[in-house]
Amino acid sequence: MSAKQGRAGVIALLTALVAFTAVEALILAGALNLYWQQIICLAGIVTISALGLNLIYGYTGQFSLGHAAFYGIGAYTAALVTRSIGGRSPVGLLLGLAAGALLAGLTALLIGLPILRLKSDYLGIATLGFGIIVKVLLDNSDAVIPAMGGSRGMSAIPKLTSFVWVFPLALLAVVVLRNIVYSGIGRALKSVREDELAAEAVGIDSTRYKTLGFVIGCMFAGVAGGLYAHLFTFLHPSNFDFLKSIDVLLVVVLGGLGSISGTIVAAVAWTFLLEGLRIVLPPAVQDWRWVIYPLLLIIFMLVRPGGIFAGTEFRFLRPRK
Amino acid sequence: MSYFLQQLINGLQLGFVYALIALGYTMVYGIVRLINFAHGDVFMIGAYVGFYALASWKLPWPLAIVAAMAACGALGMVIERVAYRPLRSAPRISALITAMGVSLFLEYFTSLRFVFGPDYRAFPRPFAVTSFDVGGVAVSNIQIIVFAVSTVLMVALTLFVNKTKTGLAMRAVSYDHNTARLMGVNVDWIISVTFGVGSALAGAGGVLYGIAYPQINPFMGVMPGLKAFVAAVLGGIGVIPGAMLGSLIMGVVETFTSAYISSTLRDAVAFGILILVLLVRPAGILGRPTREKV
Repeated sequence: MSAKQGRAGVIALLTALVAFTAVEALILAGALNLYWQQIICLAGIVTISALGLNLIYGYTGQFSLGHAAFYGIGAYTAALVTRSIGGRSPVGLLLGLAAGALLAGLTALLIGLPILRLKSDYLGIATLGFGIIVKVLLDNSDAVIPAMGGSRGMSAIPKLTSFVWVFPLALLAVVVLRNIVYSGIGRALKSVREDELAAEAVGIDSTRYKTLGFVIGCMFAGVAGGLYAHLFTFLHPSNFDFLKSIDVLLVVVLGGLGSISGTIVAAVAWTFLLEGLRIVLPPAVQDWRWVIYPLLLIIFMLVRPGGIFAGTEFRFLRPRK
Repeated sequence: MSYFLQQLINGLQLGFVYALIALGYTMVYGIVRLINFAHGDVFMIGAYVGFYALASWKLPWPLAIVAAMAACGALGMVIERVAYRPLRSAPRISALITAMGVSLFLEYFTSLRFVFGPDYRAFPRPFAVTSFDVGGVAVSNIQIIVFAVSTVLMVALTLFVNKTKTGLAMRAVSYDHNTARLMGVNVDWIISVTFGVGSALAGAGGVLYGIAYPQINPFMGVMPGLKAFVAAVLGGIGVIPGAMLGSLIMGVVETFTSAYISSTLRDAVAFGILILVLLVRPAGILGRPTREKV
């Protein structure tokens, strides 16, 4: 470990602490209204979910178009848990998030074992199909669990998510992902991405590592979903449809595949861009928000197809030598 | 039994419309390995061109189909030229994200008030609907037109791909761009033509869809687009007969699920079948399984 990189890590953690304190102080002082608090929290939630997809697609090379399904599973599970516990205790949220992550991970394991045999686009299509099935099941969920509300949506979820929860969890997600990626497991994941046959040839059990990456990535989505449920206190199956999966994929690709720094920057920038356009544009041309956004997207991809951080990282996220 | 046959006819009607969309998907995927997410929106544009042709310009319906095909064919070529060609050597995911961008752009741009507007519109019926009794099953003239037009277009496409020089070039490019270029094929032009032909078929599909299910809006292409793509995969992506077969299966399965189980579950059943087929036969029903070379 070089002293320089160790120092970069310490500085990064201190910066994170300062940023956290500053934002929290602004919230406590009342300088950031509820709307902005929500946007900031959403940026953190998107970061967590996108880091999960980056592990699956960016590092392990498994193309998933169904990430929102696991996000939704986490959201609904966590909401059911906190609602059945009742009250507004942080312990309830913690239990809810854990349950959401576990169920998302378990589903990922069950669905991943058969479909991760598929490659590239075919895997993408299978996960897309899975995502649509989950959405249809959520639409009909009230037939089994009335509290889930089916296509009417699930309401009366306690508002427990706040910046105090989102920021540390997002930070934890970054640290966990970084440690996975630069461990032996991470090297195995990347070798599977580069060439599955070659990885097998040097004794890497590719099925095991693909499933591992998929399950952990989906657990990230589960946690993010749980936070989302308790931020907006209302869930609807359309919050977890195919387009939402594409949104996460966008963030990962815009940031740069296989770059943690890129995912963080892109998640925050993407969330604020969508909201920023709402503020910048005069009311008369609000409809143009969704015309400008895809145009920016296309132009960005044409100019920088590899993403913002094509294959690079902030220094504090680089491996120690 | 007659209920079963009736649902089969209804399912085939839907399947034929899917087939017209799926062909464009499969041709484009076969030649540039791109899931062209904007294809469903080209289908939507086709429906709107048909709408204006029938409602405002008072054209007879066959001309409305021709107009939609021409407009969509041109649109497909423009999209390819502007958005996809510059990314041909970039990572494939960049082109996929761009396709998603084009799709969103088409949906929201056409939703603007001065373009098509965000509301549902009633698609004009160009002729009175009559139905014929064929052995206890009611077949409407709409269904006959959908079957006939799609069949003609598919036969024409098959002849074009298999019998013309351009079709030969298309097949060559889909195997290998570089080798085709060495054989004197203008690869860029052939890819452009492929987008044009595929989009024109989607345009025809849009008009037929409007005639059969007479309500259109700027987001109408999303679900049929996805399902047609899935149908193409089901049949074996890159294989033209596969796209037709997959689409018919998809349409029939969807209609039967609505008729016998529950209409809210139809998408789940359709996509469930897709996953099962992929697990058993990843290359699709008519696709050629590829061997991995070491």
